[in-house]
Amino acid sequence: MSDAAAVIDAEGIAQKREHPARATIKRLLRHRLFMTGLVLFLIIAITAILAPWITDTDPNHLSMRNKFKQPGEGWIFGTDSFGRSLWSRVVWGAQLSMLIGASVVALNAVFGILIGAAAGYFRRIDNLLMRINDALMAFPAILLAIAVTSVLGPSTFNVILALGIVYIPRTARIVRSSVIVLREMEFVQAAVAAGAGHWRILTRHILPNAMAPVIVQLSFLFAFAVLSEATLSFLGVGAVPPTPTWGNIMAEGRDFMREAPWIITIPGVALMITVMGLNFLGDGLRDVLDPRLRIQQ
Amino acid sequence: MILLTLRRLLSAIPVLFIVSLISFGLMRLIPGDPAAAIAGIAATPAQIEQLRRDLGLDEPLLTQLLHYYQGLLQGDFGKSLLLGKGVLAATMERLPVTIGLSLYALVLTLLIGVASGIIAALRQNTWVDQLAMMIAMLGISIPGFFLGLLMIIFFAVQLGWLPSGGYVPFAQDPIGWLRSTTMPAISLALLQAGLLARITRSGMLEVLRQDYVRTARAKGLPERQVILKHALANALIPIVTVVGIIISLLLSGAVVTEALFSLPGMGQLLTQAVLSRDYPMVQGGLLLVTTFLVVVNILVDILYALIDPRVRYE
Repeated sequence: MSDAAAVIDAEGIAQKREHPARATIKRLLRHRLFMTGLVLFLIIAITAILAPWITDTDPNHLSMRNKFKQPGEGWIFGTDSFGRSLWSRVVWGAQLSMLIGASVVALNAVFGILIGAAAGYFRRIDNLLMRINDALMAFPAILLAIAVTSVLGPSTFNVILALGIVYIPRTARIVRSSVIVLREMEFVQAAVAAGAGHWRILTRHILPNAMAPVIVQLSFLFAFAVLSEATLSFLGVGAVPPTPTWGNIMAEGRDFMREAPWIITIPGVALMITVMGLNFLGDGLRDVLDPRLRIQQ
Repeated sequence: MILLTLRRLLSAIPVLFIVSLISFGLMRLIPGDPAAAIAGIAATPAQIEQLRRDLGLDEPLLTQLLHYYQGLLQGDFGKSLLLGKGVLAATMERLPVTIGLSLYALVLTLLIGVASGIIAALRQNTWVDQLAMMIAMLGISIPGFFLGLLMIIFFAVQLGWLPSGGYVPFAQDPIGWLRSTTMPAISLALLQAGLLARITRSGMLEVLRQDYVRTARAKGLPERQVILKHALANALIPIVTVVGIIISLLLSGAVVTEALFSLPGMGQLLTQAVLSRDYPMVQGGLLLVTTFLVVVNILVDILYALIDPRVRYE
């Protein structure tokens, strides 16, 4: 279908029909919850990208003379127990959170779709793949992530890998259930009858129609990934200190809750804004892209 | 019914088999020499060699696997290096704390989640509904450990009303138990309560539109009875299905909550095991917790079939 294809209606009058993608974007832009989420998320994402330009002190620059400075004059977010600028640390922490969230989402987009499509389309491997999937999903998510990072050793890369292992089965399951339904549809059978190969049927006919729930899932997944990363580094199995992450800043703040509660509250609020923004975004996407899943109005 | 139970039990076997394989494989995934990694940097080559033999890591992989399953069948989940006792024994010691906390959080989740979901549905599209859903969204978005920290800062550090950590067994002092587990339970329950409120609301709205609710109203039943007896009973059915998921989330969340409030439960046991590289404990504990969850999910499925006859005849 071409952009704005001309359609002839019953009276034979040419009408302009809007391209479906453009219609969807229009509906998203009008969706208040989605836009709120987008703005919240963009605030954090842009801050993360601009990190080198909007911070003037090194996040690891120690200055014992300036420790426990309150947020405000001179220090936007105050300083921690080593006199490090909390603004620098939280902003660089945002960058790490975004990097990990985006990487986990990318891993899921690739492997979740690949595994889910293979399981849903080729019945012969379905059983095996789904049993492995079920087993991986049987583990409590955070525990599996902790175990994997502890085995591989704490590092940013291993956190991404661990969260990938934890969440890919969940994405694959969603893709598979869509593919199973679509595979039996008439337009797919028509493609088979027309002699299309497996690859063409999957990539041109099935997957484009299976994307809506996947996109919704990936936006929630971004929130889970950011949250899980913070949890892992809070427990001490995430990225290695002194690399600032929201989780390890909060963990360090635990010892100074009386004299400097802002060490915990500032990264905590940043984390909350991110997760809330992504949840709004996901809810909005679900309303617009996949009305069947919508929580009833 | 018996058939369904049997089928459900049988389907758990392959899952548990793969779960045990993954748990087994995990310790072998340690990059480099697992024995050296477990022994730590300070260990002498002789100590590493000793440890390798103790853990059976010097044997061929297949023999290791065989020993592993032999052990599992006899209820031997390995031995904790740190505690010097069996994983099963160590877990059983800590489990009551986690189960108590999780049950407390589950009760809070059900009370808050179901009540606010029903109220929101009954006052659909009013400020009450919007407020309830806003709070639910907030509950879903506040990371549990952040809420826990905020509560510690406020109620323990500033006001001094509740202890910031520590544990009192219920059998010893019920009030003390409540004091030590209330903040952890709230921080643990909030996420699930938010999710449940949304599910309850949509389930309730769906049911309220049904003909039998209209019939009940038409024949002049008091509104109270219509809601509680006709609508709620049916709206609760989908909630039972998510209880399994909620329990899984609670146990997962308990790991962080216990570490945060220093409660001596399963979660704390496993976090400490991870931090001190006690891999046999991690491997066995992970397997035990997951098996427990699989069993809980089977029970939930059976319960579901019991209360909803439609499932039984599928």
